Amino acid sequence: MYAQMVETGVKQVKALDDMSPEERAFQEKVDAEIKIEPKNWMPDAYRKTLIRQVSQHAHSEIVGMLPEGNWVTRAPTFKRKLQLMAKIQDEAGHGLYLYSAMETLGADRDEEVEKLHSGRAKYSSIFNYPTLNWADMGAVGWLVDGAAIVNQVVLQRTSYGPYSRAMIRICKEESFHQRQGYEMLLTMMQQGNDAQKAMVQDAINRLWWPALMMFGPSDADSPNSAQSMAWKIKRHTNDELRQRFIDQTVPQLEILGCSAPDPDLKWNAERGHYDFGEIQWGEFFDVIKGNGPCNRERLETRRNAISDGTWVRQAAVAHANKKKQRAAA
Amino acid sequence: MNQYDDLSEYLLRLGDSAVVQGQRLCEWCGRAPALEEEMALMNVGLDLFGQARNWLEFTAERLDDGRSADQLAFCRDERAYRNLLLVEQPNGDFAVTMLKQFFYDAWHYHVLTALKASSDKRVATIAAKALKEVTYHLRRSSDWVQRLGDGTEESHDRMVKALDVVWRFTVELMAGDEVENRLAAAGVIAAPELIAEQWLATVSQVLEQATLTVPPAAPSFYLSGREGMHTECLGVLLAEMQSLQRAYPDAVW
Repeated sequence: MYAQMVETGVKQVKALDDMSPEERAFQEKVDAEIKIEPKNWMPDAYRKTLIRQVSQHAHSEIVGMLPEGNWVTRAPTFKRKLQLMAKIQDEAGHGLYLYSAMETLGADRDEEVEKLHSGRAKYSSIFNYPTLNWADMGAVGWLVDGAAIVNQVVLQRTSYGPYSRAMIRICKEESFHQRQGYEMLLTMMQQGNDAQKAMVQDAINRLWWPALMMFGPSDADSPNSAQSMAWKIKRHTNDELRQRFIDQTVPQLEILGCSAPDPDLKWNAERGHYDFGEIQWGEFFDVIKGNGPCNRERLETRRNAISDGTWVRQAAVAHANKKKQRAAA
Repeated sequence: MNQYDDLSEYLLRLGDSAVVQGQRLCEWCGRAPALEEEMALMNVGLDLFGQARNWLEFTAERLDDGRSADQLAFCRDERAYRNLLLVEQPNGDFAVTMLKQFFYDAWHYHVLTALKASSDKRVATIAAKALKEVTYHLRRSSDWVQRLGDGTEESHDRMVKALDVVWRFTVELMAGDEVENRLAAAGVIAAPELIAEQWLATVSQVLEQATLTVPPAAPSFYLSGREGMHTECLGVLLAEMQSLQRAYPDAVW
């Protein structure tokens, strides 16, 4: 999930009878699965929540390029290099696409990016972990994109039209990234040497728990979920999605011949699901607050990119104005 | 069939320049001046690595010495690399990056246009495919050179400085060598003088529109990327790019 803990600003979900006629018409539309479009009336809190969620999602795509940028100069073969470059390019595209969806809500891209740079807006906690060996490029594709897809597949049915359509397009590319990531790990495990196999296991050991944290806090600690679910911005709870991810991922882990760093992970025939150990939520909240391993570096890189590029953007505007003036003269 | 001949040598030059230029573009990841540029720089780099793979696969087949395209790119020493000195230069600021890109694109465009009519069918096929991509690369970098040259006072000053940094490496674009002269005589590639003439015409036109002055022809300075005599920055670039292949020579990735 690329959006975590999105605030709704609403303490309690209103019953239909307590709503104004506009709110009620809106909620009935949502309940009937009719998409909300940019020009339709929508509650202010719905608009704000969506701006928060979609911008957070867009920021995550952009910050998410950085852990991959750490290895793109070191990809070992043409095939892997081309795959990784294409993936990074896709992510920049997803970012642009999502910022556009966000702008249909009346938000401004530059303003929202400024919120990211000043620490007021969040992005997915997973990108605050370092990528320390080449297998991380496979593990990120498999686990991180995999976790994102579990969430995004559901978001294809989210109530806001432009966001829903963005998700349909993005999901196609993310699924491709996930398969590529897994294939990369499989190649290393099945045809690689001992050092490569150790890299794969090490990558999984480091990324497993942070990937599970991507779904956000457990439902009991997720005060905004109820309103987001009523608005159908969210369609399933964090715990439901996390369980779905684990259930589909463990068999793939077994095919790899690797293990998860969780001694409590085992099949529960009664529940029909895998049981798993306790997530270290203290770590999650630390990372969200800015005290993760790479928060500082990630934001600094993004801030520098935009500030170092100021003169370039100014030149582009100045040149466009000159051209316009010449055309008018 | 081990053909270490003029054509194999020339294919290495084409492939190596695309690899090194693509590698420099990878270094921009996450650091571009705008999101649109983030996408475009990676996209151009992706095209170049794809083209390099085509050239080096063909080279590997001709050399037939047990080395694959991957090994040619990821295991060869800097002295064996045949890329243009221009493309190995550090990125510098966006002005240096775009000017390098533009000089390379203009050269690349004219080279590929001629190669489309090569007497070697495989060369002609690879070139025709690459040309479609490079036509767009050239349009894009020409636009940027004009925007930055004829933008603000600061961007103009930066372009003047970039021109001072980069121009001397264009000496290689303006002259061929024996290998290229022989290939040209055989109809495999265009005559180097013709490429030089076309390159200078494109560059002069764009620089003029960018309100920049074309410097006098750059003098030779005793290095030649084509002959494996590089500037010091190539070794560091390759050390990074080749690190995994070097550390795990028997690995399958």
